[in-house]
Amino acid sequence: MNRKFTGDNVFKILAAVIAASAVVILIVTAYTLVSGSVPVLQRFGLGFFAGTQWNPVEGREIFGALPYVLGTLVTSGIALLIGVPLSIGIAVFLVEMAPKALRVPIAYLVELLAAVPSVIYGLWGLFVFRFWIQNYIEIPVSNSLGWLPIFSGTPFGLDVLTAGIILAIMIIPTVASISKEVIGAVPNSIREGAYSIGATKWEVIRHWVLSYGRSGIFGAVILGLGRAVGETMAVTMVIGNTIGPAAIPTSLFKPSQTMSSLIANGFLESTASLEKSAYIGVGLFLLLLSLIINIAAHVMVTRVLKVKGGAVE
Amino acid sequence: MINNYAFRKFKNRLFFVLCLACVVIAIVPLLSILYEVIARGAPQLSWEFLTQGPGTIGVSAGGIGPAIQGSLILIGLTSLIGIPVGILSGVYLAEFGNNRYASAMRTVNDVLTEFPSIIVGITAFSVVVLTMGSFSAIAGAVALSFILIPVVARTTEESLKLVPNSVREASLALGAHKWRTTLSVVLPAAKSGLVTGTLLAVARIAGETAPLIMTVLGNTYFFQGFGQPMDALPLRIWRNALQPYPELQAQGWGAALVLILIVLALNIGVRLASRGRFRK
Repeated sequence: MNRKFTGDNVFKILAAVIAASAVVILIVTAYTLVSGSVPVLQRFGLGFFAGTQWNPVEGREIFGALPYVLGTLVTSGIALLIGVPLSIGIAVFLVEMAPKALRVPIAYLVELLAAVPSVIYGLWGLFVFRFWIQNYIEIPVSNSLGWLPIFSGTPFGLDVLTAGIILAIMIIPTVASISKEVIGAVPNSIREGAYSIGATKWEVIRHWVLSYGRSGIFGAVILGLGRAVGETMAVTMVIGNTIGPAAIPTSLFKPSQTMSSLIANGFLESTASLEKSAYIGVGLFLLLLSLIINIAAHVMVTRVLKVKGGAVE
Repeated sequence: MINNYAFRKFKNRLFFVLCLACVVIAIVPLLSILYEVIARGAPQLSWEFLTQGPGTIGVSAGGIGPAIQGSLILIGLTSLIGIPVGILSGVYLAEFGNNRYASAMRTVNDVLTEFPSIIVGITAFSVVVLTMGSFSAIAGAVALSFILIPVVARTTEESLKLVPNSVREASLALGAHKWRTTLSVVLPAAKSGLVTGTLLAVARIAGETAPLIMTVLGNTYFFQGFGQPMDALPLRIWRNALQPYPELQAQGWGAALVLILIVLALNIGVRLASRGRFRK
């Protein structure tokens, strides 16, 4: 029998073909999104990403993705501003400070945050968390600082701020667990050296451990950003879902819309092919953004853990 | 000098408290979510609620039977498509993965793992729903397996790598072929890791909502065929939450309790079963 048809070769080739499924998924996704968004890009060109109007009425169609791109960027930005310090605090506490008996249970609870389905975050956000934000943050702030443009609008609880804070909670498990790995991979000799010249525990963490793990933590932050950018259901349920120029996130207390929530809300109801194409165009931009963010993050995290760690894999 | 030392010690204390506060702040939402879902969902639970279809507003309460059935069918179908493909991909990456092709596949899998799930929905809509001409259970399963495959592939690879090489060598030394070694020796040795990783991945897709919106669509009937629209728990929660009727919102909380019980049971069960064996 021909050497090529031995069991081993067949098995290897079969496995290799199956392993290519990932590339097939990627190519099919890229192809559908690109071909699907051709009509809207032909009609409006790159102006599609700069326009603010969204009108599917036949004969007066005009589609612009800018408000939703801004909505995604602003909510993800808020998520990073709030979520990253919390996550780093958690990681530092778990690696450097917590008593041994508490480490595993706390790490486990934080990981459970990642297990809660996003639609349940949305449900909780819509019926519970919204009122915390409205009553304890938005109404007091609006009363005293309402004249500032970023606090303008009616404090209703379903807006950019609530969406950003929910996203912050949702990225904590990602950022915290990777930061934990990175901090844990900092060699002990670094800590010992720092203690030996008389630094306090906090100084050791602040000036040696965190700066040693800086690029890895940065990678973790970018990965968290990727999560926040792609998150759909929780945001859809609390952001208020406005359309057109009203969706430009000019104030924390105004309803808005992100790219993913726009698609989740409108894609199904769209009937005309140009309108569907507009939603797919928004999807294409979301895909590109998420690809860039994730590739950057993976390069950073794996390089850091490989080169500096030694302890991790 | 003394003052400076006291200040540094104070700062040390302060940051300990701040880091502890970070942990507390992160855990409060988790506890609140669990509390609210149980407190608002538990009164809904009854045999009727779990088995009946949705009722008419103001006439009969009805239940979320179709949603539970739909979710189970989706999970089953997705596992049927996704798990074999994912595991074989992982086997290739772990056992034959010492080349540039495999490291490219590894990167693609990593990137796919972080894909926005709504994008997967658009893809499945364009590829399956448009070709078949209707929203369907199959379209939903295809969308979910796009999410499942890369996760299973990577966890399979990780757990196969934990199997010591001496085990492979022993099998090869006995004269077994590589494929035989992989299937009969390496995979069974990595069994608990495989089960853990796969169940966690299934728990993740059980709660996915976004890709279902444009694939299975959701309706109020029990299963009508794989080519027909179908209900699912996450969809039911979303739809009910946006209804203006308190009865329906309450049913949404009931559905959330059922969903979170499924997801948490998978998570907690798996971690208890594999405690101490794996770092993650």
